[in-house]
Amino acid sequence: MDVELQLAVENLLSRYAHALDEARLEEWLEFFVETGRYRITTAENFERGLPLSILYADSRAMLRDRVTALRHANIYEAQRYRHTVSSTLVERHGASAVRAVSHFQAVRIMYTGESMLFATGRYLDVIRLDGSGGKPQFEEKVVICDSRRFDTLLAIPL
Amino acid sequence: MSASDPASRAWPAEGLTRVPYWVYQDEDIYRREQERIYRGATWNFLGLEAELPQPGDFKTTFVGEMPVVVARDENGELRAFENRCAHRGALICIKDRGNAQRFTCVYHNWTYDLKGNLTSVAFRRGIQGKGGMPADAKPESGAPRKLRVATCCGLMFATLSEATPPLEEYLGPEIAARVRRVMKEPVRILGGYSQIFRNNWKLYLDNVKDTYHASLLHAFFATFRLNRLSQKGGVIVGGDGGSHVSFTMMRTDTGSDEYERAGMRSAAGGYRLEAPELLETVDEIGDGISLQILGVFPGFVLQQIMNSLAVRQVLPKGVGETELVWTCFGYASDDETMTERRLKQANLVGPAGYISMEDGAATAFVQRGVRGAAERAAIVEMGGRGVGSDESRVSENSVRGLWQAYRRHMGL
Repeated sequence: MDVELQLAVENLLSRYAHALDEARLEEWLEFFVETGRYRITTAENFERGLPLSILYADSRAMLRDRVTALRHANIYEAQRYRHTVSSTLVERHGASAVRAVSHFQAVRIMYTGESMLFATGRYLDVIRLDGSGGKPQFEEKVVICDSRRFDTLLAIPL
Repeated sequence: MSASDPASRAWPAEGLTRVPYWVYQDEDIYRREQERIYRGATWNFLGLEAELPQPGDFKTTFVGEMPVVVARDENGELRAFENRCAHRGALICIKDRGNAQRFTCVYHNWTYDLKGNLTSVAFRRGIQGKGGMPADAKPESGAPRKLRVATCCGLMFATLSEATPPLEEYLGPEIAARVRRVMKEPVRILGGYSQIFRNNWKLYLDNVKDTYHASLLHAFFATFRLNRLSQKGGVIVGGDGGSHVSFTMMRTDTGSDEYERAGMRSAAGGYRLEAPELLETVDEIGDGISLQILGVFPGFVLQQIMNSLAVRQVLPKGVGETELVWTCFGYASDDETMTERRLKQANLVGPAGYISMEDGAATAFVQRGVRGAAERAAIVEMGGRGVGSDESRVSENSVRGLWQAYRRHMGL
């Protein structure tokens, strides 16, 4: 195993999770290359070969629109997530990219104090190692939720 | 809620302009709804025929709380029956979908055909002359109930009651025409998901029929200066009040997206979409209607939001919880560009939908808000006090239609 590569990927995933959980959504955008693809789907859709997503962007511009909408248009009760990302497997994908598969859990904590296990699943990532500023960035991130059910709404990305 | 006799529940004297809050909270009312509405004279949405293209294809779903199996039999006929074994009441089928020649209850191996007929009882005659059922036993007496199935343009509905009128009559001619408008050709399923609402099922149906809230709660279009107040549209109420369609016309100057793009960029000082291709829409039906929401009592929604097409099945999961099962689709004739457009516009809907995520929250706010006020009532007077069709969407006519149908079914 390439320990440095493993650590570089895990570090990216950790910074990604910290940004989301601290509601730094504008910084969260910077984890994607300009043409980065991001989508959230269910294991059921994925396994049946059905292309529908719950949230889908094929550029950082689309992700920025999502963040603008979450900040200024969409209405949802104050909430945050606590992500746990683990079991990351990394394999080389060409000279300057890797594929990574990780497990995640996201607990959602409402302003009322109610906490629930909101989502579990896998991240299927394609990561460019020499992204902006020499740091790794996502070319593609597919979030595959284990369950087809979502409680109330999914505002903050996973 | 304290247990109380539903018969003692009196609707407010004002009639359709009031909705008493006990209707969302009372366990006895909920039980009565299962009997009188879901197991009564209503058509309940089961899904798309396209989910079951081949003989032997099946899915499991619900009519109200009652689990059902929907299957296409050997002759291609659609069948629906209660997912409850004649023997001890266990689920007969424990898969969400698949293809089968028969169904066997795993508990004691009682077996059913695709029509829901009990075809064999394991060890009915015992083993080596010992055990088994008496010769005069009638195990089929507890057989799962069969539902009548009707389809309309690829939409599957079922009813337990012989008294339910034919489906098209139930929808009403104007609503049936609006179903045909969207379900105009064979569909291709793009995928699905479920959204759990922490509120009574009627609050979701009420929300779907409430055209008044749309531009007020859902700020996405307004924030990005996409609000087009000049748009024409209307509301049609059909059937016995339980069916409705609301629709919005595109601008009359359609034909290019330049106007829309210009409109977005002219939003000086406001927000604009950096990826406006999200909303690039083709008038694929050719009548200039850019948005159509169609709701059928007690639990069906057909949606056309630009080029995002979906069916939604509203399933009660207890007095204070509802599951909304979304299936997004396109047409079998779609090319790749059209499919990609639909997948992008799916960002508008569902649990993360730009113009739908608030619905799951707002309806739960009502459920939480009325907890101490069972004897108080909501005011539903926008657009007057009637249930007729209306050119204005600043109206609650279709909401009153819902309650008219509801009260008739419930005898309230």
